[in-house]
Amino acid sequence: MSAKGRPEREFRPLGGSEVREPAGPPQGQTPECEARTSSVKPRAWGDHNDAASVRLAHCAKTFPDGTRALLPLDLEIQAGETVVFLGPSGCGKTTLLRIIAGLAQPDAGGRVFFGDDDVTARPIERRNVGMVFQSYALFPNMTVAENIAYGLRVRGIRADERRQQSARLLDMMRLAGLGDRRVDQLSGGQRQRVALARALAVRPRVLLLDEPLTALDAKLRESLRVGIDRLLRSLGITAVYVTHDQAEAMALGDRVAVMSHGRVEQIGAPQDIYYRPASAFVADFIGTMNRVSGERDGPSLRFPGGTLRLPDHAVAADHAMFRPQDARIVEPGAGALTGRVAAAFFLGSMTRVVVDLPGEQTIVVDTVERRSFVNGDAIGVDIDPDALVILES
Amino acid sequence: MRTRENLFLALLALPAMVVFAAFWLLPMARLVSVGASGPRGPAAYLAIVTDANYFASLVSTVTLSIGVTFSTLVVAGIAGMFLQRNDFPGRAVLVSLLTFPLAFPGVVIGFMVIMLAGRQGLIGSVTDALFGSKLVFAYSIAGLFAGYLYFSIPRVILTVMAAVEKLDRALEEAARSLGATPWQVLRDVVLPGLRPALISAGAICFATSMGAFGTAFTLATNINVLPITIYTEFTNYANFSIAAALSLVLGVITWAALAVARTLAGSTVAAAA
Ligand SMILES: Nc1ncnc2c1ncn2[C@@H]1O[C@H](COP(=O)(O)OP(=O)(O)OP(=O)(O)O)[C@@H](O)[C@H]1O
Ligand SMILES: [Mg+2]
Repeated sequence: MSAKGRPEREFRPLGGSEVREPAGPPQGQTPECEARTSSVKPRAWGDHNDAASVRLAHCAKTFPDGTRALLPLDLEIQAGETVVFLGPSGCGKTTLLRIIAGLAQPDAGGRVFFGDDDVTARPIERRNVGMVFQSYALFPNMTVAENIAYGLRVRGIRADERRQQSARLLDMMRLAGLGDRRVDQLSGGQRQRVALARALAVRPRVLLLDEPLTALDAKLRESLRVGIDRLLRSLGITAVYVTHDQAEAMALGDRVAVMSHGRVEQIGAPQDIYYRPASAFVADFIGTMNRVSGERDGPSLRFPGGTLRLPDHAVAADHAMFRPQDARIVEPGAGALTGRVAAAFFLGSMTRVVVDLPGEQTIVVDTVERRSFVNGDAIGVDIDPDALVILES
Repeated sequence: MRTRENLFLALLALPAMVVFAAFWLLPMARLVSVGASGPRGPAAYLAIVTDANYFASLVSTVTLSIGVTFSTLVVAGIAGMFLQRNDFPGRAVLVSLLTFPLAFPGVVIGFMVIMLAGRQGLIGSVTDALFGSKLVFAYSIAGLFAGYLYFSIPRVILTVMAAVEKLDRALEEAARSLGATPWQVLRDVVLPGLRPALISAGAICFATSMGAFGTAFTLATNINVLPITIYTEFTNYANFSIAAALSLVLGVITWAALAVARTLAGSTVAAAA
């Protein structure tokens, strides 16, 4: 899913709970905003021709108290691409975002480029970025429409054009009719959309989002995630998105960068990160990963109840990792591993079986088989060799 | 059982009621009746607008208080913002020194103004050395202005610092991300955020300046501000009814200013919630 392979840039309204579609909107569907402003020539919000690539060269951040929030980082984000920075609390995500935004300076030697511009010395107000804060930071002394139009106002755009633009954005964000409300009269989800609309109103070269959905409940988060995904795709804007929610990262990112302790551990397409984690941290942080260790015996790993053939690139590894859904439940003795059912959870679409292996190892296997498991039953587990993850230490 | 409880509660409230009656209701009622009992009758209350002398006193008091209030807000607003937002060595010491004038009574403040701008004052000697003429303004309304400014600023600085600390920095960053210049951030985000604090601090400042007596009395007994006018009517001319009427007018204006400020600040607080 590269940025270049993106569907046509066209507007779709944000929100709704539809399942994400990779393709652009069906032909003939007229976006709401264009239908409403038919008198003027519709200027699609997708015209982000000035979307810029972002390049960080040797950017590090040490705070005055000595905290090394970010270790030296080199990174390029292509124009129109969405990169999600994912990591646990305190790993330096916000610090990185603030350096890109211009709210923080990298340590000496670090440079930030938007396209070919070196913007390192430029303060945020002259970088033309759009920023969505975790707390939304909506102006309490302004109405919703005034909030959205604020960036236009400080640029000296005339009042009637501001009104027009904010009406268009209100439509686009499914906030029509709420323009005159005060910010404290909005729900959490509505505030989130106002914050996004306000950031987009200035047609930023780069859109920066700091955990924009964290303050919302799970259900709303999911539906807004779909909306944001659509929006970013239809606008073709360069977006840097920070989150500690891996599902959000997987769903939104063209690429995901997994961070830990101020370092980017791995950056790649969501599938890469998920199926080919480059470090133990990434493997553990994303999804559920089983880890079994055994005795190395030539090309295989030997366990008390069987052997597991390792891929050729596993030179000296004495362990293997795999995802719960990459294992199959078989008759005892028929698979690579044999153990006993410790617990089984029926989750509707599948059953999650916890299996105790000899030697104090425990693994988790997901199965869609319609059978029931009795705790203590002997059980065999077979693993797709292609799905094995090996990290040579 | 219930009646006994009620009786008990009433007993508890009794001291407060007695104090309220003795020190508020009775003197107030007396003041109102005294004001209306002079040779002019109830018309004494109108004297403040009909009598040129009293009216001038009212106008100069209100003008002085408004001037002090706005100057204080500007000076203390900038200083408070600076002190809260910048950390430098000696900041804590500076802040505690700034609050020192809070400990002085008005008389001492007046004394300090005289030492600064009086006939033997610092400003006088400096201007004498520089231009050959002494600049002396301690005994005029300008001296009063300096004194009031001096004791109003610390109070307001403290209020402003507390309010600045509570400002949400993300709001300012959001405005900047949208392209706002520092002045626009100040106008559109910081000042609206400080508005309730500035209004209530300004109201207190205004009320204090309206009623301050000690400083004016120290500087000169003939400065034409209301508290001094009341004092002279009362002690020099034994004109009790006018003194009482002027006192009530002074009280009502100050009280009204505080009430208006409370409503204004309250409604902004609600809007910001
Ligand atoms: N102004 C500061 N001074 C000193 N240390 C700081 C400062 N700001 C952040 N840090 C430290 O830098 C590290 C990274 O902080 P950062 O805010 O970037 O984390 P984060 O990944 O955004 O975390 P979260 O998910 O909790 O928002 C943390 O250890 C934090 O304590
Ligand atoms: Mg953060």
